[in-house]
Amino acid sequence: MPFLCLFMQFMLLFSRQGKLRLQKWYVPLSDKEKKKITRELVQTVLARKPKMCSFLEWRDLKIVYKRYASLYFCCAIEDQDNELITLEIIHRYVELLDKYFGSVCELDIIFNFEKAYFILDEFLLGGEAQETSKKNVLKAIEQADLLQEVRYVIKPPWEQ
Amino acid sequence: MPAPIRLRELIRTIRTARTQAEEREMIQKECAAIRSSFREEDNTYRCRNVAKLLYMHMLGYPAHFGQLECLKLIASQKFTDKRIGYLGAMLLLDERQDVHLLMTNCIKNDLNHSTQYVQGLALCTLGCMGSSEMCRDLAGEVEKLLKTSNSYLRKKAALCAVHVIRKVPELMEMFLPATKNLLSEKNHGVLHTSVVLLTEMCERSPDMLAHFRKLVPQLVRILKNLIMSGYSPEHDVSGISDPFLQVRILRLLRILGKGDDDSSEAMNDILAQVATNTETSKNVGNAILYETVLTIMDIKSESGLRVLAINILGRFLLNNDKNIRYVALTSLLKTVQTDHNAVQRHRSTIVDCLKDLDVSIKRRAMELSFALVNGNNIRGMMKELLYFLDSCDPEFKADCASGVFLAAEKYAPSKRWHIDTIMRVLTTAGSYVRDDSVPNLIQLITNSVEMHAYTVQRLYKALLDDISQQPLVQVASWCIGEYGDLLVSGQCEEEEPIQVTEDEVLDVLEGLLVSNLSTPVTRGYALTAIMKLSTRFTSVNRIKKVVSIYGSSIDVELQQRAVEYNALFKKYDHMRPALLERMPIMEKTASNGPTEIVQTNGEAEPSVVEAKHPPPVTQPTNQANDLLDLLGGNDVVPVIQTTVPTKPASAGGELLDLLGDLSLSGGPAPAPATSVPSSQPAFLLDGLTSPPLFNDIAAAGIPPMTAYNKNGLKIDFTFERANPNPNIAVITIHASNSTEADMTDFVFQAAVPKTFQLQLLSPSSNVVPTLNQGTVTQVIRVLNPQKQQLRMRIKLTYTHKGSAVQDLAEVNNFPPQSWQ
Repeated sequence: MPFLCLFMQFMLLFSRQGKLRLQKWYVPLSDKEKKKITRELVQTVLARKPKMCSFLEWRDLKIVYKRYASLYFCCAIEDQDNELITLEIIHRYVELLDKYFGSVCELDIIFNFEKAYFILDEFLLGGEAQETSKKNVLKAIEQADLLQEVRYVIKPPWEQ
Repeated sequence: MPAPIRLRELIRTIRTARTQAEEREMIQKECAAIRSSFREEDNTYRCRNVAKLLYMHMLGYPAHFGQLECLKLIASQKFTDKRIGYLGAMLLLDERQDVHLLMTNCIKNDLNHSTQYVQGLALCTLGCMGSSEMCRDLAGEVEKLLKTSNSYLRKKAALCAVHVIRKVPELMEMFLPATKNLLSEKNHGVLHTSVVLLTEMCERSPDMLAHFRKLVPQLVRILKNLIMSGYSPEHDVSGISDPFLQVRILRLLRILGKGDDDSSEAMNDILAQVATNTETSKNVGNAILYETVLTIMDIKSESGLRVLAINILGRFLLNNDKNIRYVALTSLLKTVQTDHNAVQRHRSTIVDCLKDLDVSIKRRAMELSFALVNGNNIRGMMKELLYFLDSCDPEFKADCASGVFLAAEKYAPSKRWHIDTIMRVLTTAGSYVRDDSVPNLIQLITNSVEMHAYTVQRLYKALLDDISQQPLVQVASWCIGEYGDLLVSGQCEEEEPIQVTEDEVLDVLEGLLVSNLSTPVTRGYALTAIMKLSTRFTSVNRIKKVVSIYGSSIDVELQQRAVEYNALFKKYDHMRPALLERMPIMEKTASNGPTEIVQTNGEAEPSVVEAKHPPPVTQPTNQANDLLDLLGGNDVVPVIQTTVPTKPASAGGELLDLLGDLSLSGGPAPAPATSVPSSQPAFLLDGLTSPPLFNDIAAAGIPPMTAYNKNGLKIDFTFERANPNPNIAVITIHASNSTEADMTDFVFQAAVPKTFQLQLLSPSSNVVPTLNQGTVTQVIRVLNPQKQQLRMRIKLTYTHKGSAVQDLAEVNNFPPQSWQ
């Protein structure tokens, strides 16, 4: 039976000059294909005028994008997905970044790209939201960051 | 060996590069340093080096030499190492990489780690990009974690299970027990991911769907609590409690309620409640309303609820936020067929959206407008749509013009209005009109007998203004050629007849022949029109002169015509009047896409010019070669097969379908071909008094036969003699399907021995519907000048229940009357 495949295929963050700042792929594609998609999509989104809506059809996907300051946040969702809630997902991610970095700007994402990924991976998993509470996501990141300070994570046998 | 530079240091340095070349040099230098560091098996700085590599990878540089290093990091006991290692794995080690599977053991260990954040990393990596094999190996671990009481892990395990199921659907069953009390969780993260998991399972398996229907009351309760509960700071978004969870529950309810009366009833109240109580001032509230509307429309909701949903969409259309308007139009487009009257109430708002600035909104508004056109509103709607056609972007014009033609054909209040509308389209968007509109329009005009004079007059006047728009010029030329006598005799009733002489008309037509603006096709029309006027005008000598001049035209097509027309004047003058007679009323065809007809007998048919469009023989020749191989290679003539129109046939209602598959800007979406009532196009080339050649009843007394009957597919042949050529047998195949599934992508091919010639026309559709609910028909014309015994080899390909089927068969049992 034809089933609705409801999930996000990928998320891209890029600057107004088209420089990639983050790429999260939830479908297996070759490097070549990823580069091609990125190039074409970035071009398409950058060509959009401010008066246009945040959604566009591209190949057989729906693209939801929103610009925050100098960064474009761009998600590809499947045809049956709810575009409006995807906008909320994007917004939630920005809020998380903002809380973590304190008034986040593009430079934060550039110089701490690995953190941006860690935060994204605590919020989404396989293209779906795993945690809907802002507080819980940030708490988890905080705890994980603390763990980085610890030398070893395996407790010696006499402490287990 | 100095310590490798830090990540941020590298980023800073690279950003100082002023040119691409400078950047590349820095990158190469750093990569070399990293490579030697890797070679030295440096544990301390491996993490730093891989992080740098990942940064350079994002800039577009190759990083594959870091793959194994990621594996080493994952295996390390330091959390920092693991964090970067897993990130690297997700970026560099997807399932296409050879070393992907080497991760499996590490992930397995980490899934059982004593620290939940390590387990989390493993679950995340597996759930984002684990290959099928890896999923198979580790599904058991995921299932275990799905039952843990640790909500941090449980929620991740749920989404990981979703990924496993997507990759290896057969494993779905093993997760069933663990789903037992997922919904009793209080933790929203677990709830959300559980609903996602349940949704995935229900979508993939009808059995699961039936099994989980019993959860509807519980889901309704959870949703109700979310709406009724007071402010919860943890999950609040602009005054709404956990919109993500609400949307997900609504979606699951949609799937559970679809087609099921009881479930639909059980959720009726909560849907009404959400629809009326949700705050609409912000996007988040509208997101929930949108999902609610989608659910209401999909389940078996009572009519009051459906009207409520459509009204929400109507309100969306008035929203300032263009995103909201966009989703409203998209949804209305989906519901316009089923809830037509309710959508009609919002027609004026929809029409207003034609003036929107956003291209996607305009397109949807256009499609929706066409879907809403009916006999009552045709005049008003057409005014708006023609205005839109005037001012819209070129990318819309072709679709809009086609839509206008279709709507006009269906609902024209009068013939005059119809012609006027066509004229308006041709004059304002004439160059964007599709090529296939030209023959359709010609047919329309021919059949509007009382409007001939008016039409030719208006077209003539349009030509005087502008000869640049080819479709307009072609239709006009054809009409003038056909009805030129009415033009010069000033017989028009509908409006003031114009005074024009034969010479003036010929001037115009000759002008088309010489103009640089005219395409070769247009010139062909013009020349033929001039020729036809030789039996309608008195100035035959002038026409003879023009025709003879073009006998030496460089354009081969024109030259051929001119030579043939010349021959008509010289040797066959007695036949000329009959050949150039007024066209008869053409049989109305289903408004398909173009059905190109290939001539195999090479006769010049001067009066039917439109078939001279070079038909695109798009069927690849390798198919013909396949059949050649089958029949032993040497004694077979390749079949010239015409293509199935990929646009769905709308012989009656589906304007929406025709425009629907043109709307996706991502390229043509192959719309499923709907089966068309089996009226074949009138065979225009075959003599001028041709009655429709094709009917399901065998003519000329030749008994029908069954050519093929296997696996539920039955193909019957019915026969007819072609008139006037008795050497041509016309066979109509009727394909029917007695199984319980449709046969799609159905293609019929045939090959005959060398002494025969075979021509296949377009099939009626490429779907043979299940349980004999309809037939696919296709016409074969076989030329058999040597009167040899007819035999044929046929090849059938189709898709049935998801798999491709192919079969070959010999047909030898032709009745003797079909070839003697």
